[in-house]
Amino acid sequence: MEKVEFVVVGAGLSGLATAMVLAEAGAEVLVVERGDYPGSKNVTGGRLYLGPIRSYLPDLWKDAPLERRVVKERLTMMAPESSITVELSSDRFRRPPYPSYTLLYAVFNRWFADQASERGALVIPGYKVDDLVVKDGRVVGIISSGDEIHANAVVAADGAHSFMAEKAGLRKPHAAKNFAVAIKEVIEFTPQVIEDRFALEDGEGTAQLFFGSLTKGIHGGGFLYTNLESLSLGLVLAIQDLMGKSGLEQNQGPPPVSPHDLFEAFKERSEIRPLIADGHTVEYSAHIIPKGGFRAISRLVTDGMLVVGDAAGFTLNMGVTVRGMDFALASGVLAARALLHAREQADFSSATLSYYKTLLKESFVWQDLKTFQYMPDFMANPRLYERYPSMACDLLEQMLWIGEQPKVKLSATILRTIRQNLLRVDVLRDLIRMRKI
Amino acid sequence: MNIEAKLGLDVFKVDTEPHIVIKHEICQAKCQIRYCLNICPAELYTLDKQDEVQVNYEGCLECGACLMACEHEALTWQYPRAGYGVQYRFG
Repeated sequence: MEKVEFVVVGAGLSGLATAMVLAEAGAEVLVVERGDYPGSKNVTGGRLYLGPIRSYLPDLWKDAPLERRVVKERLTMMAPESSITVELSSDRFRRPPYPSYTLLYAVFNRWFADQASERGALVIPGYKVDDLVVKDGRVVGIISSGDEIHANAVVAADGAHSFMAEKAGLRKPHAAKNFAVAIKEVIEFTPQVIEDRFALEDGEGTAQLFFGSLTKGIHGGGFLYTNLESLSLGLVLAIQDLMGKSGLEQNQGPPPVSPHDLFEAFKERSEIRPLIADGHTVEYSAHIIPKGGFRAISRLVTDGMLVVGDAAGFTLNMGVTVRGMDFALASGVLAARALLHAREQADFSSATLSYYKTLLKESFVWQDLKTFQYMPDFMANPRLYERYPSMACDLLEQMLWIGEQPKVKLSATILRTIRQNLLRVDVLRDLIRMRKI
Repeated sequence: MNIEAKLGLDVFKVDTEPHIVIKHEICQAKCQIRYCLNICPAELYTLDKQDEVQVNYEGCLECGACLMACEHEALTWQYPRAGYGVQYRFG
């Protein structure tokens, strides 16, 4: 049996951030990772918002293998055969410090793990944790293939499923309603093709989110990020909706669609087809994402253990922004600070480790999640994915279409749309619900 | 692109020991709907001639959506052993 000061389970963004801060303070920290290399089991959309987290790990970002700085934000709402795209292009996004970057997780995380190692953390890939060692109700270590490693505290940074948090009794398994499944293709191009197709200058990138009929009424949406030499194109789909159990409607049985079918239909849409033409898909990935927000956060602390990142449920989908990596990194850093505080007192009880919660509550992680705690309910509304996008697209199409027939007055067109789509009780309810977000 | 071609792009290190095991006695007796057939992004779940659900764990992307969707807890689903399973190069 080995003994170290701290064990971190999972070499993702949150676990490595924890390890980095612990190692820098001179603590002995071991990061165990089940993949062959850090990042080999990680998937992101992906974009990292650096704005909130630069100060958490200063001096780190200059050489980071980030892909493109996002200078254009696009939001596309889709009807079955039409769509409206809103694009924000802002020079503020073009001036340093850049607010966000696209990235590829497996690429980024290898580098990030090297940074943790350079600071003194011991990162061990190819090591899968089977169970926790619990003694008198306290987490005192991990077990892998029968070998125990004991530690003053264990950090559960093992991602959205977090079997570690589950084994410690900090969360219940199988909460389908709090998760979505994401699928993604990485499609390769030359940088020139990407910059031409998206009208970007060198090093600049686009982030585009899609919602509406592409998910066939399922709560979720699409994403498209430009990397240096590839596009990340994908879909996010609520698991409960894929089971035909949307939060608002009665169970109608599972819809006759699979994630892969929806993805292929998305790629065939006229909005997407020309953007990905002649590209080479080089990887297909899938991952689950916590989507329950503030009210689905797991218990975070027990004797000898803390939970960080996706394992804790720190993600926030607001439709126009999708965040998780910034929360992961910040929560990892805050967990490390709490562990260092406990180390000073040589007390790793739940009471002392609860300093992690105090730090979280003072941070953007907790505050943003709390401010937008009703967002998941709002986003689960099926009308956001069917009726409203179709209504907006139809209205604009009618205004812009010049055919053989004389046109009716704009006011008549608009009034008819309102009468048909908006003078309804459910719309009123949606408006009332909007006040909460 | 069909699903087999897509999975062909990924790097898998296949274990001889499956990391997903279906408890057929529960699956057969309790589950009518079989969400797993639809929800798996790699479409690894199929029905055999005896109307039993089978899974090709070899192409698993390790998302665990099936585990979430299996209401009757008829799945023993673990991450593959260290050194096995999908190896994302881009992520």
